[in-house]
Amino acid sequence: MPKLTVDGIEVEVEDGATVLQACEEAGAEIPRFCYHERLSIAGNCRMCLVDMERAPKPVASCAMPAGDGMVISTKSERVKKAREGVMEFLLVNHPLDCPICDQGGECDLQDQAMGYGHDASRYGENKRAVSEKHMGPLIKTVMTRCIHCTRCVRFSTEVAGVADLGAIGRGEGVEITTYLEKTLASELSANVIDLCPVGALTSRPYAFVARPWELNKVESIDVSDAMGANIRIDARGNQVLRVLPRLNEDINEEWISDKARYAIDGLRRQRLDKPYLRGEDGRLHPVSWDDAFAAIAGRMKKTKADKMAAIAGDQIDAEAMFALKSLFEKVGSPHIDCRQDGAKLTAKNRSSYIFNTTIAGIDEADAIVIIGSNPRIEAPVMNARIRRRYLNAQIPIAHIGPELDLTYPVENLGDDMAVLEALASGKHPFAKQLKKAKKPMVIVGMGALRRADGSAVMALCHQLAEGVGMVTADWNGFNVLHHAAARVAGLDLGFVPGKGGKDVQGILSAATKGEMDFVWLLGADELDTDMLAKPFVVYQGHHGDKGAQCADVVLPGAAWAEKDGLYVNFEGRVQMARRAAFPPGDAREDWAILRAFSETINKTLSFDSLNELRKQMVAEVPVFAKLDEIQPAKWAKFGRTAKVKSEPVEAGLDEFYMTSAISRASETMAECYQANQAGKSAIAAE
Amino acid sequence: MLADKDRIFTNLYGWGDAGLKGAQARGDWDNTKAILARGHDDIVEEIKTSGLRGRGGAGFPTGLKWSFMPKEVGLRPHYLVVNADESEPGTCKDRDIIRHEPHKLVEGCLVAGFAMRAHAAYIYIRGEFFNEGKVLQAAIDDAYDAGLLGKNAAGSGWDFDVYLQRGAGAYICGEETALIESLEGKKGQPRLKPPFPAGVGLYGCPTTVNNVESIAVAPTIMRRGGAWFAGLGKENNTGTKLFCISGHVNKPCNVEEEMGVPLKELIEKHAGGVRGGWDNLLAIIPGGSSTPLMPKDVCETMTMDFDALRNAGTGLGTAGIIVMDKSTDIVRAIARLSYFYKHESCGQCTPCREGTGWMWRMMDRMVRGEAEIHEIETLEQITRQVEGHTICALGDAAAWPIQGLIKHFRPEIERRIMAHQAVTNAAE
Repeated sequence: MPKLTVDGIEVEVEDGATVLQACEEAGAEIPRFCYHERLSIAGNCRMCLVDMERAPKPVASCAMPAGDGMVISTKSERVKKAREGVMEFLLVNHPLDCPICDQGGECDLQDQAMGYGHDASRYGENKRAVSEKHMGPLIKTVMTRCIHCTRCVRFSTEVAGVADLGAIGRGEGVEITTYLEKTLASELSANVIDLCPVGALTSRPYAFVARPWELNKVESIDVSDAMGANIRIDARGNQVLRVLPRLNEDINEEWISDKARYAIDGLRRQRLDKPYLRGEDGRLHPVSWDDAFAAIAGRMKKTKADKMAAIAGDQIDAEAMFALKSLFEKVGSPHIDCRQDGAKLTAKNRSSYIFNTTIAGIDEADAIVIIGSNPRIEAPVMNARIRRRYLNAQIPIAHIGPELDLTYPVENLGDDMAVLEALASGKHPFAKQLKKAKKPMVIVGMGALRRADGSAVMALCHQLAEGVGMVTADWNGFNVLHHAAARVAGLDLGFVPGKGGKDVQGILSAATKGEMDFVWLLGADELDTDMLAKPFVVYQGHHGDKGAQCADVVLPGAAWAEKDGLYVNFEGRVQMARRAAFPPGDAREDWAILRAFSETINKTLSFDSLNELRKQMVAEVPVFAKLDEIQPAKWAKFGRTAKVKSEPVEAGLDEFYMTSAISRASETMAECYQANQAGKSAIAAE
Repeated sequence: MLADKDRIFTNLYGWGDAGLKGAQARGDWDNTKAILARGHDDIVEEIKTSGLRGRGGAGFPTGLKWSFMPKEVGLRPHYLVVNADESEPGTCKDRDIIRHEPHKLVEGCLVAGFAMRAHAAYIYIRGEFFNEGKVLQAAIDDAYDAGLLGKNAAGSGWDFDVYLQRGAGAYICGEETALIESLEGKKGQPRLKPPFPAGVGLYGCPTTVNNVESIAVAPTIMRRGGAWFAGLGKENNTGTKLFCISGHVNKPCNVEEEMGVPLKELIEKHAGGVRGGWDNLLAIIPGGSSTPLMPKDVCETMTMDFDALRNAGTGLGTAGIIVMDKSTDIVRAIARLSYFYKHESCGQCTPCREGTGWMWRMMDRMVRGEAEIHEIETLEQITRQVEGHTICALGDAAAWPIQGLIKHFRPEIERRIMAHQAVTNAAE
């Protein structure tokens, strides 16, 4: 623990800390552009120069390891001069076009020029101009503004794991580019926009849309995947304009995926803003809430409880699921299910369906086997953490499923479930690596669990976990990787078939046979809706997606950004998403729709406000009592031993950009999808 | 003046055979085994005794540099890297060593490599030295064939390999850490220091980077003793040195001389004097293009060694002496150097990337006098803003020639500005 003196203040910092960190510890502000806590040190902007006793020249504090007895000055005349000098150099070739720059108002260069720059320029020569670079549909470039800090290059090579960005040329001619003007082939690409300290890389969909000071900022939770990334939603009036990451060391650090950031334009398109009723002509017609409710109530009255079913979708808040579950309990139907994809998970044992290791736990793992999952697209930010773990410790990582590029080396063990059997029985060579490891992990994705033999897979995973000692007093290496934001909350709430109830497959096949007369879809779109031709379908949700198209009654709900709602991420962490805008037209919050409807059929739900609902929910399911914390789940037996089938193991998702009603409605996501497909076929053509 | 018996590079001019036979006849590879038998640390001590200072420009004591290498070889092997990326304008000594005395360098690799417990040396040669690279490779091959390199090199029991790598023509790759980057196959950009190469160098292993001349003189020092070398030259500036004299002299040449030789004597005796006589001298750049120039009155009594030149506000650098007579457009000459540094800046760090371009543009205007008087002060300030604020020394190298010009030839710059203003005023 080196002790040093900064501006006369003595500080003690951790081993391996830099002088810059020590200066911050001592309360001295150090301007910087290239330095970033989560990237390697480049030391190239030279803005962080400080004076060190006995050093002939000012030193770059970001790159200088803190040493015992160092005497640092951040306020000397020489430091002031150095900063002014560097700032002047940064500005000589910067276009100073702040009034038309989207970074304006939140620009590091602008801010630091105010603090450390000259008041006037001495530069009278011509300025450099740099041609724009194509970096895909998300990143807008104005490369003349670039100050060559190389944060974006370091991010893409280090964190995202794609060597698509680099600097070509030298001297004044250095240009940051994707070399062949291609789209950045990463699910995390847009983080470079946040990293860019100037307006060189800005958000293309958000270009010239708003100024930062016009926006209302709401701290919320992302639901585009099940990771629960912490985000900030910026809205102006009733329009959600952008999403930015929020720092949470345990979850997303400070990154978010491109889908989390850019699917929001889907919130403005194909929205359900009125209730609809299918008429005699077979078309949906707008009706009043009362008429819609009356139509549903009429149908319910004619239907036996045993022929009614409810399915909850992938992005539904816990409160709505609780309300729907309560309603169906009152109606007396056991046919409810939240596992749209048919995953063979049970709600009984929490440790059997959450990511027990936790995301932060990945930093300690020393061997990983991934089964039936593509974490790169199912949870891109978490995948970056696995990559970092690999880079730090070169841990062995294996995968059962199709060949995948996960941005780090993975040993593909084949796509046969028999491999898992061999692993579980300890016969497979990789089982030895897992056994040798102190903190091994298994990550099971939906590709392995939604199979017909999913229960047997679960049993094998249990056997594997026990066999290689994955579960100890302070370590649980068994992990289920969900990609639906609502799933863990659904399982926590027990939104699964009751006694004698049918699961999703059961409901659908009963529906095709005419044995299910009434189905309530709560934002459920990832289903084979052709199987729902016979029953009366109520679709409650926010987008005119697949579910609404097969519905007889459509009830317009609020999307996630338009209501306060609880979500449980795949770690089992309860977090609250907050309202950033109001739902369009007549759309209402889902719990309120269900509460209002319950009255029409005289099964009035016992809460009148969201608070009351939550109180009841917490009373029934105590995990919801504590926000932002994970309650460790008790390890217990799960799965049902049986022979696994030989059909190939799939990944949970095979496409990243269009996976939900919101992202399918998003133009930006559609562009990304196209660019990505074009990139893939270009590689195939090579 | 250096006596012939004290000359190290006896085939500097290629009058003899550069091959192994000729080299051995001149004493190279003579019982190298016995040198190595003295042990790693003894060699380092002998080099320390000799007072040899690095010949690449900075003049850091070579023995001391070698002693920074870890005393025990851990998990990571040690490497010797020889910097043969000689690109400093005005400098051509390493080129002649490689052309005519390649075995001095190859043997030096073994001696120096052994001293720092390395089993491999990489010679990074400037890409433009195409034929020189061929000669050097032939020398390496011959040494292998004669059992002087490879397993049990020269019968010493020490395994030693020498690899030759060609550069691709970037001045910055002569900076030791940029050279290492380039050697690793990356873009040649200097690394941040610390960590220094002796701790984390080539492929993350302990590495010492030395100039060709520093390595090539090592075997002779070992044979004749550090005390002999220390006896030549001046205190703290010992031994012999290759001087490259170019520009407005009658006979441009490379010559080996004692350190501390008077500049005037060097030029008059070896280079046939300044074109048109000593009085026709305008200024001299003493140590390669990056060192500040000296006007004639300073040159008069100057001796060529690290300390004397430093005290005069310039430096010995690579000892590439560029002589300019009174026909020289001195402002334009320095402006051309500014262009060179602008062109060769790697672009990594801000002051050099932006500053070299700015300085060149201002210099370019100064050549024609298209400036204001106060801009001379601005230019001087810009050089100070670059100097000492960069990752490597290229920023300093770009700043110093301009500082030298302003220090000694400000009236000339002012005269041009005034002349230009007179013309424009008259036109109005």
